[in-house]
Amino acid sequence: MTAGSEASPGGALPPGGAMRVMGSETEYGIHAPSAPGANATMMSARVVQAYAQVTRLRAAGGAETRWDYTDEEPLHDARGWTLERGQAHPSQLTDQPPVLDAEAVALAYGRDELDLDGEDESGSLLMNMVLGNGARLYVDHAHPEYSSPEVTNPAGAVAWDAAGDLVALSAVRRLAGDPELPPINLYKNNTDNKSVSYGSHENYLMPRSVPFSDIVKGLTPFFVTRQIICGSGRVGIGQDSSRPGYQISQRADFFEAEVGLETTIRRPIINTRDEPHATADKYRRLHVIIGDANLSQASNYLKFGTTAMVLSLIEAGLAPRIEVHEPVAALQTVSHDTSLTAKIRLVDGRRVTALDLQWMYHEAAAKLAQDTGVADAVDGDGHTHAVLDQWAATLTQLDSDRSAAANSVEWLAKLSILEGYRQRDGLDWDDARLGLVDLQWADIRPEKGLYYRLLARERMQRIVNDADIAAAVTEPPSDTRAYFRGRCVSSFSRDVVGASWDSVIFDVPGYGRLQRVPTREPLRGTKALTGALFARHREAGPFLAELLGSAPAPPPA
Amino acid sequence: MAGQEQQQPQPRDSEVEEEVPVPPAPAEGQASASTQGVDDLLDEIDGVLESNAEEFVRAFVQKGGQ
Repeated sequence: MTAGSEASPGGALPPGGAMRVMGSETEYGIHAPSAPGANATMMSARVVQAYAQVTRLRAAGGAETRWDYTDEEPLHDARGWTLERGQAHPSQLTDQPPVLDAEAVALAYGRDELDLDGEDESGSLLMNMVLGNGARLYVDHAHPEYSSPEVTNPAGAVAWDAAGDLVALSAVRRLAGDPELPPINLYKNNTDNKSVSYGSHENYLMPRSVPFSDIVKGLTPFFVTRQIICGSGRVGIGQDSSRPGYQISQRADFFEAEVGLETTIRRPIINTRDEPHATADKYRRLHVIIGDANLSQASNYLKFGTTAMVLSLIEAGLAPRIEVHEPVAALQTVSHDTSLTAKIRLVDGRRVTALDLQWMYHEAAAKLAQDTGVADAVDGDGHTHAVLDQWAATLTQLDSDRSAAANSVEWLAKLSILEGYRQRDGLDWDDARLGLVDLQWADIRPEKGLYYRLLARERMQRIVNDADIAAAVTEPPSDTRAYFRGRCVSSFSRDVVGASWDSVIFDVPGYGRLQRVPTREPLRGTKALTGALFARHREAGPFLAELLGSAPAPPPA
Repeated sequence: MAGQEQQQPQPRDSEVEEEVPVPPAPAEGQASASTQGVDDLLDEIDGVLESNAEEFVRAFVQKGGQ
């Protein structure tokens, strides 16, 4: 355990650096090549179902539970109001379980499917699971989504996000072994290159006392430019890919607004969805929708690490005072300029490159980290020093040694393969084979995914070793409430009837009604605070009795 | 626990390399070696890519997401 992570169990993380409660959310592209017309929602439910079968095999009695929707507030706007339900786009109503109607099932797989065994005990299709590692796996619109457990640092974010790719992989393997169903491929990307995009989101816990306008001002220039270190690369320009070429970001062309509540239409650079999933007067949970899904560990590490540091700058009132002229257009200009020489116009009249802007943020972040002591190589928080080093090394390489950066920066790694094909076979950017390289880069199967082929050749930098990622498939982070959630699910799955980010619900013999254990403080429920309790109890009843400080009524004889 | 035992970024390794004097390879040799690496990689990828690129890419149609 690194210094800082558990220095103050249940207390605050050291401020000023890269440590922060955060998580990732990945919607996977889904495709059944042998059943091209298959219903995407149905296929996504099959993925969740398949993983439930995998976990049932892994742990007798099952290691998954249902999602509790009580505290979902998708229409709360961080600017201080709530959207009326009637005015919301249907895709914004994420607080209601999606309904898979019989017609959709029949369209996808035929009438017979309705009588098959794709149902759980209560007779409905499983659309939503809480996993033993504290994550959520569910059907979001027409995609399977893995939301990582809360972690406290960027290396943890990389580990538990990559664990989600292994979760998705075991579902894919399970489906491939089922002769009754078409094989389903999952892709960790963000567009079908035919005008549709789907998200990879990040969430960061912040004190509610920070004015939202400060967040918008401080983050916008950073978000316009951070793609140069964590973009995943995309073949095609424009939402529908109608112009041939290559760009840095998967997502940039799909953004149309500076600030807003929507995530599926008129996508904004700064998303205002305000679901704290925690004590609401203390925290906000900043929902970031502008990032690309990353397979490159180094890009993912910098995505979370640098963003966490910029939020620390904003909290301290020390974000660089920069305002980008027309940020949406600038976002796309940066994405379309793989030479990294395009100049962005600032409101004060200066013209700077994306690299210049990133260096300004790096300089400010390094100074704050030094002043607060979190970046000290010995006495620091154990994370910030490494993030600052990696950030600076990457920016330096992007400026002067791009072939070196191709081992870590995802859009450059992908570009190196594409350029190889272009040179060897003389392909133009609109050649279908380059589109296939772009798509297959993100196939999560190691034997098919081109990212994984580079990783196997040691051509991609690792931040976390394979054993730690494999462990994160079943083990929750030790230093957040995800530990409590995950351990409840894996230890007492028969008695846990629901869970969410901020609650675990038990149905235990001897208690007259359901017991809902709130977990409103993200840094409580840690291993330091609850590990001994889990070690003492094998049965949910006595566990709950000690936790709640009361003995249950004796079960009927 | 996983993830928290992160590795330090690369630059440290260069210090080790400095202690071992390696005669610089001629630039031409380097270039052909790296070209060879790319060719090997492309050969491998050729064997992995889905057949019928045009049809496969066209059929990858997604419904909207967040």
